[in-house]
Amino acid sequence: MRFLMRRDYYEDIRLFRYRSTFFWYLALVVGILLLPFVLGDYAISQLTFIAIYSIASVGLMLLTGYTGQISLGHAAFFAIGSYTSAILTTKGAPFLVGLPMAGVLAALVGIIIGLPALRLSGLYLAIATMGFSFIVEEVLVRWDKLTRGNLGMHLKPPTIGPIEFVTEKSYYYLALVLLIFVILAAKNILRSPTGRAMIAIRDSEVAAQTMGVNLAKYKTMAFAISAFFTGLAGSLYAHKLTFINPESYTILVSIELLAMIIIGGLGSIHGAVFGTAFVILLPQMIILSKNYLPHFLRDQTGLEPALYGLMIMLFIIFEPMGIYGRWRKIKFYFETFPLYKKETFKKEKKYYKAERH
Amino acid sequence: MAQVLSDLLQYVLSGIATGCIYGLVALGFVLIYKATEVVNFAQGELMTLGAFMAFTFIGILKLPYWAGFLFTVLFMGIFGSLLERVVLRPLVGEPVFAIVMVTIGFGIFARSAVSMIPGWGTETYGFRTPFTEKFLKHGGLIISWEHMAIIILTAALVVLFYCFFKYTRIGVAMQAASENQLAAVYMGVNVKKVFSLTWAISSAVGAFAGILLAPITFVHMNMGFIGLKAFPAAVLGGFGSVPGAIVGGLIIGVTESLAGVYLPIGWKDVAAYIILILVLMVRPEGIFGIQEKKKV
Repeated sequence: MRFLMRRDYYEDIRLFRYRSTFFWYLALVVGILLLPFVLGDYAISQLTFIAIYSIASVGLMLLTGYTGQISLGHAAFFAIGSYTSAILTTKGAPFLVGLPMAGVLAALVGIIIGLPALRLSGLYLAIATMGFSFIVEEVLVRWDKLTRGNLGMHLKPPTIGPIEFVTEKSYYYLALVLLIFVILAAKNILRSPTGRAMIAIRDSEVAAQTMGVNLAKYKTMAFAISAFFTGLAGSLYAHKLTFINPESYTILVSIELLAMIIIGGLGSIHGAVFGTAFVILLPQMIILSKNYLPHFLRDQTGLEPALYGLMIMLFIIFEPMGIYGRWRKIKFYFETFPLYKKETFKKEKKYYKAERH
Repeated sequence: MAQVLSDLLQYVLSGIATGCIYGLVALGFVLIYKATEVVNFAQGELMTLGAFMAFTFIGILKLPYWAGFLFTVLFMGIFGSLLERVVLRPLVGEPVFAIVMVTIGFGIFARSAVSMIPGWGTETYGFRTPFTEKFLKHGGLIISWEHMAIIILTAALVVLFYCFFKYTRIGVAMQAASENQLAAVYMGVNVKKVFSLTWAISSAVGAFAGILLAPITFVHMNMGFIGLKAFPAAVLGGFGSVPGAIVGGLIIGVTESLAGVYLPIGWKDVAAYIILILVLMVRPEGIFGIQEKKKV
């Protein structure tokens, strides 16, 4: 176990706590950049999806994990991002315009949704965002002059200047660069006053307000930032698939994103990425394990969603801190080797905390 | 003119029938929310399970309709209390959001599990009811008995609930527990039992809705998605109010039915959610709700 001596308040919010952390991350990034030389196209394509969904789940993590605002409507921001980028690029705008515009438009809509959210909390907000996502889905179906409705839209692979992202590998790098950018942005937001205000709101709205945090401003901002990232992910997703229709953006996508951040561990950027990797790779693991399953289960189409639902339940019941929480426990176990106590991570349960009377 | 009026009445009646179903599902949400502060996102799936059980009893085992009805409701009641015991009891004291996510997870699991059970699967089924293909004619108005049965049975259930909460010991205990759990414990209410019973009743109400809905939409694994339409109903009525759930359901049902006829295509599906968002913006506590004050 290492002990830190801090001489400066700034050291509390440094991006990398130890010098070695920086080098480990650098090694990780180099390793990830080298992966396409080792892995085949299929694996790379799966990794690309992990990167794309991670961008969205980092966005949701900022809103749900750090600001404490539950959204069941992130599929809508994802859809807005996809369609903005799709419409702009088919109208002739370059991808470099379509991508940021996807984020910006999603952020604008996020602000609009954030406004009623100021009066709502917890489950009401979840239900409101869910209703909003149904409305967006219907608008995409009905506004067929712009979106071609249920027929869907075909997209060209994106190009930036002379580079055309056609191959799996080139797209992998595109998604990866954006993911790194998003993670760095999120980390930096979190250590800025904005991010600390967001965390304060999550922990106690009343206390945050007393300390001078403007709830309206920061909640709206959290919605906007979260929607911006999700919109970016939507744009990348659309260009990756090169075909989109409203059916790809149902409530199940929102649930999937929520599942990612819960399985990964709420309140950590690591968790968002871990959870995304887990959820995206789950179907692959099922396919791989098919040969060992009994006949009765093997050919069931419902197997994947069933396992998926079961995973959400099991994680929340047995490991509420998610994969990242488990990772931290293991790390702590080795750091403090013979002294590890299970109770260190025990959370205090709150009984009888009723908010309505 | 008379034609227009009778058309209108026709649409309103069919809206009321659908609204009753929304109301019943919303009632399931409200009962659980009142008692445990948890919103059960799997309420629609409990309804699906109920409908499939009814299909098993009536369609496969060829029991008489009312016997099948009774068995289904009883079975789902027991199922609900088991669900509470196994899945939700360990989570008491965790953040509400986590518990809600568990119900979402259970919903996904239940929907897929239904498709895996031999004899159920992904097909669409129906079963004969005493109301099948019977109609009530009055002037230009034609009402199917299936719709009438929904309206009458829902009304009967609401009266039953009213008496249950007002006059029975356990009903009053449930109200006490939902009002203030700690005080209820001090007064000798067994809160664990109350929670268990709440889930049992909600699940039974879900089954009740499922059986009534079965002749109209038929029995299939995705019928639980109607539960998503019941959220606006519950919010509109004020999430903690039992009569509010039914009234909210009726308003949503009728609006939807009328929007389907008089507004351009597409409005029918979003009408409920537009109402939802408007209500949340203007009066988040709903029609019958009480304004909440946040306490530190």
